[in-house]
Amino acid sequence: MNNDVFALWVYLARTPLLWLTVTILAYCLCDRISAALHRTPLANPVLMSMCLVGVLVRVSGTPYATYFDGAQFIHFLLGPATVALGIPLYQNRQLVMRAILPMLCALVAGSLTALVSAVAIARLLGAAPSIVTSIAPKSVTAAVAMGISGRLGGDPGLTAVLVILTGILGAIVVTPLMNRLRITDKRARGFAAGLAAHGIGTARAFQVNPLAGTFAGIAMGLNALLTAIVLPLLL
Amino acid sequence: MLLSLGLILLCQLVGEAIAHGTGIAVPGPVIGLVLCVLLLLARDRLGRRVPVELADGTFEQTGRGILSHLSLMFIPAGVGVIQRFDVLAGNALAITAALVVSTVLSLAVTAWVFSVVAGRAE
Repeated sequence: MNNDVFALWVYLARTPLLWLTVTILAYCLCDRISAALHRTPLANPVLMSMCLVGVLVRVSGTPYATYFDGAQFIHFLLGPATVALGIPLYQNRQLVMRAILPMLCALVAGSLTALVSAVAIARLLGAAPSIVTSIAPKSVTAAVAMGISGRLGGDPGLTAVLVILTGILGAIVVTPLMNRLRITDKRARGFAAGLAAHGIGTARAFQVNPLAGTFAGIAMGLNALLTAIVLPLLL
Repeated sequence: MLLSLGLILLCQLVGEAIAHGTGIAVPGPVIGLVLCVLLLLARDRLGRRVPVELADGTFEQTGRGILSHLSLMFIPAGVGVIQRFDVLAGNALAITAALVVSTVLSLAVTAWVFSVVAGRAE
């Protein structure tokens, strides 16, 4: 009997189906918990799901590569989701065009702040050059940041992790921080979330308000663009 | 629904082709985002000559459907943290300080500049 269970586990553990299912169900559960807690920033669905799935992968002794074989189908959707950000952008195009000047000013100021402060602090605290390079594009959406980091001699896998951690951090901090700074403009709050915390910040902004989400999506796209151009000059 | 999904993928595909073909620094999906906006603007111009699915709101609905689960898509890369505990622990102070300070600073600067410039313009 025990042998049968083991054989079944060996079979299931090798199919992409297992970890794809686990990832989706873990997210559904954590999203429910987040909703039940009235979307309080600390109960971030990405953070909770990551911990839950991470523990399951670790405890079952599954190599990350095996996990990713199943989860890659979800990871792939990041691309189409970025394209789909064009839809709220189109729907709010008049509002966006009216705010073009504040957007461009905030983009340049915010993007440079994110880059320079991350690089300066990491260097000051004695991080190795390859780690500094891996940290630098932390505010940019995962796929793009990994590309930049790899090209400049960083570690793309580490960059992906740092990008996600930055996103979670930004998504948790943004609402209380904006309240503290007394910034009430939903466009400014959303734009900051997307610029500093890419897609996870954008997901958070959409949770709070569709207009904030739209501006977050634009900021995420623009910052990916600007960082890809500026970072090679800076390092 | 299926046509909408196909068109979204097509935007990304053309975006990737442009990015790789020309070697410009702009990421493929971001070019795809621009193409998606252009597609919707072109639709408005063409009026009744476009497929029903593009005109009846299905396209927008499909996009919203994908976007409503944006958080889910970060989990696979995020779980990669289990592979990097050693690097993270070895550089805990530098990484934590850089992430926390830089994220808070860039959030504050971005929102502040946006609202100051918007306040002057309006």
